[in-house]
Amino acid sequence: MRKHIALGVALASTALLAACGGGDPAPEETTAESPAAAEGSGAELVVWSDAEREEAIKAAAAQFEADTGATVTVVQKNFEDLRADFLAQVPTGEGPDITVGAHDWLGEFVESGVVDTIDIGERGADFEEVTLEAFTYDGQLYALPYAQEAVALIQNVALVGDQAPATWDEMIQMATDAGFAERPFILYTSGAKGDMYTSYAFQTSFGAPVFVQDESGSYTSEVGMGGEGGLAYAQWIHANGAAGTGYFTDTVDYDIGNELFATGQSPFIVQGPWTIPTYQDAGVEVAVGPIPSAGGETAAPFVGVQGFYLSAQSSNALLANEFLANYMAADEAQQALYEADPRIPALTAVAEQVADDPVIAGFLASAQNGVPMPNIPEMGSVWDFWNAAQIALINGEDPASTWTAMVENIEGTIGG
Amino acid sequence: MPVDQVQAPQRARGTATESHARSWRGPGWGFVAKLLVMMLINAFGVTAILSAYQVGAWVVLGALVVLLVAADWVYFSRRALAMKYLFPGLVFLGAFQVFTLVYTGYVAFTNYGTGHLGSMQQAVDAALIQGERRTDDSPTFPLAVVRDGDVLGFAVSADGEVRVGTPEEPLGPVDGAEVDDEGVPTAVPGWEVVPRAELFTDAELQERVVELRVPVSDAAEDGSLRTREGATGAVYTSNLEWDPDALTITDTEAGVVYSPDDRGNFVSPDGERLPTGWYVQVGFENFVRAFTDGAFAGPLLQVTLWTFGFAILTVLSSFGLGLLFAIIYNDPRLRGRKLIRTVFILPYAFPAFMSALLWRGMLNSEFGVVNEWFFLGANVDWLGDPWLAKLAILWVNLWLSYPYWFLVCTGALQALPPDTMEAARVDGAGRWRTFRSITLPLLLISTAPLAIASFAFNFNNFTIIYMLTEGGPAFRGTSVPMGSTDILISAIYQLSGVQGGRADYGLASALSIVVFVVIGVISAVAFRRTRKLEEI
Repeated sequence: MRKHIALGVALASTALLAACGGGDPAPEETTAESPAAAEGSGAELVVWSDAEREEAIKAAAAQFEADTGATVTVVQKNFEDLRADFLAQVPTGEGPDITVGAHDWLGEFVESGVVDTIDIGERGADFEEVTLEAFTYDGQLYALPYAQEAVALIQNVALVGDQAPATWDEMIQMATDAGFAERPFILYTSGAKGDMYTSYAFQTSFGAPVFVQDESGSYTSEVGMGGEGGLAYAQWIHANGAAGTGYFTDTVDYDIGNELFATGQSPFIVQGPWTIPTYQDAGVEVAVGPIPSAGGETAAPFVGVQGFYLSAQSSNALLANEFLANYMAADEAQQALYEADPRIPALTAVAEQVADDPVIAGFLASAQNGVPMPNIPEMGSVWDFWNAAQIALINGEDPASTWTAMVENIEGTIGG
Repeated sequence: MPVDQVQAPQRARGTATESHARSWRGPGWGFVAKLLVMMLINAFGVTAILSAYQVGAWVVLGALVVLLVAADWVYFSRRALAMKYLFPGLVFLGAFQVFTLVYTGYVAFTNYGTGHLGSMQQAVDAALIQGERRTDDSPTFPLAVVRDGDVLGFAVSADGEVRVGTPEEPLGPVDGAEVDDEGVPTAVPGWEVVPRAELFTDAELQERVVELRVPVSDAAEDGSLRTREGATGAVYTSNLEWDPDALTITDTEAGVVYSPDDRGNFVSPDGERLPTGWYVQVGFENFVRAFTDGAFAGPLLQVTLWTFGFAILTVLSSFGLGLLFAIIYNDPRLRGRKLIRTVFILPYAFPAFMSALLWRGMLNSEFGVVNEWFFLGANVDWLGDPWLAKLAILWVNLWLSYPYWFLVCTGALQALPPDTMEAARVDGAGRWRTFRSITLPLLLISTAPLAIASFAFNFNNFTIIYMLTEGGPAFRGTSVPMGSTDILISAIYQLSGVQGGRADYGLASALSIVVFVVIGVISAVAFRRTRKLEEI
């Protein structure tokens, strides 16, 4: 009996000590080793990364370690966890020096005081302008971009050819002629949750940006969705939902949308580059191009940019800046990042090199029509209302009152 | 170790009542085992203490030292007999219950959340970072860090001329300096050029260099030279100035003074705020806001009602169905009972989140098999309509949890005393009468506490809600991100902002405490009432 208790104590204490002593339970911590690191200058640079980028960062880090004698520790995390973890841990001093991240986190990062500005000097001219703009907040650059992405119109070449439609009506006509009158186009809505990220290009084609941009392209906190453009867009969704043509339903989640397209049940879909392998594996020949306009103006999708943020509480700021400005910004490192995860590169030279691929070129063309997703913190208050309104309209609720209520709610939340 | 074991019997001095863990009698295994275990514990303990020391986590270090000393005392002392049994449990209680509760309680009284994550000093750092801008026309200079004794400075070259300056002494030309191909000064008369390698290896020096600002001229508005990586420099101007004595930040360009308010923000006299704040104590505000703020109170009331409805209906329906099947399949005349019972338990054996995801697909109004097979292909919007979504949640949760009750009730039925049943039959009671007056009351004695536990579990059944509907469909016309099937715990998750959106940990913690109190009170009252059941 006594022995069992003693064993229990051992286990209990071990668990407790492990829980207390671990401090920061960073999962799957991996240290990039190098001869210089072994000598040990004592300086250690901690970089948070997702799985795709880990190897590319380590490759760049190897040279950096050899040159400076510092150690670079790459900690792998889920991309979705990076934002919340960075916000929670930087103020406690447990955060990394550098993290991979998306540009639309920037507003919250600035408001929470967790990011430092960076300066890439003349090297900035070598990057696609929209990628730097995306990481600019109140006139200051906060991250080194490496990739951009945007959704685009993907079409099934075997069903409707590779001619890209210029307008919504033209697209519907093409699909109807090919025998897909019932579902000419797949609108991804994340099931009954709604997904305005994917649909945003159609909204901008009605001249209803989510937030008004000032002359310099920075977003203001003025909601731009009210007014005639917004109402026309709401009516358009309504007219294509349950109360109208029935093209839009609240049933298409990510897998169902991909399945419908990959099995040839509908010839057109708006999706991101990450879905292409699914379609190609299913044997579908795809053509990718800009999103057709539904409301007359240019259909501008959201451009998302990924980059490297520098922590405001880094105790190795000099090393971290050196690593970002002179190693991660180099052509080879950016090329390696592209090869690790083929997204549209942020560095113009690399982007031009990979644009031979028609699929990448198609997404690049769509992104060039696009606008950066707002990086102001107010954006976080928009999604829930916006997505819910989309679903309500698809399900046939009155467009004018639904849309007006949504705009009022968003303004109310931002103001309060 | 073998030597000890051989010698142990000879050294035995214990009395007959001595415990095994002290005993040297026999092979002495008891003491050896204890010693080994305590060695491991001490080894882990000391390692953890050292690692806590290394990262400067003093509270953790203190707690570890106290716990380790206490553990050693408890298990090597003769006096602490009761503690030998209680200690592990107490440690767990402290680490996983008390600490979590106290910490949640602490957060509930702050405004910790987006924009209020760090300390005031960190907010000042952030403001100064945000206020310092590179001047529009500043070129990037090749730069070297120079030093003279303890004084650090920058040497930059432009147009073949090398200039040197320190924080006190604005940039001025020096003669006879050498530069390399890229224009970086390599030798400056009167100064020692600090090799870059030293910058990378000396953490203290590194910090000083990053913070170093060398004025370009005597005029402050011309800006200062700074470097980020130690090889290039550029001219920056800062419009914000921090006064650590008055605790104010001054915008020198606009002449506005921002002073701290009791909400954890720097605010100007006309109400303008700097973006970054810090977290402060806000008293009961989070609790008050949850119940009185017009925007929160309505949706929160609906969420609370549904939480109760969901938990109660789930327990009743699954208990009822499980009991019904248990009674039917407990009939001795039925052949193959064991096999059937096993199959019944299957839904219980699947991971709940998998089942919920599967049901989510099956309930899809257009592509789901439920509508296709049972509703003539009609587009019944199971997950999109507020009431149908509630029904879908109840149905799926019934499917998931009735096997548990089937299992429990089968066991309880078999444990009923046969003579009582026999007596009822002899007295002429019918089947219904026997069930109502004998079976059910006896059954409830053993199952009512489980029902209460099940209620408490379902009250916080995050998985089913999140995997099936994510709380949707969203409430219309409200400005809080909650939906018709959100229960309190999933609403709290939304508020915490982990999933995206603005984080409000203070409010989320306050609501967690409310949930804790509600469940605690209900469970206490219910357990008290179940005691009455035993008086039959």
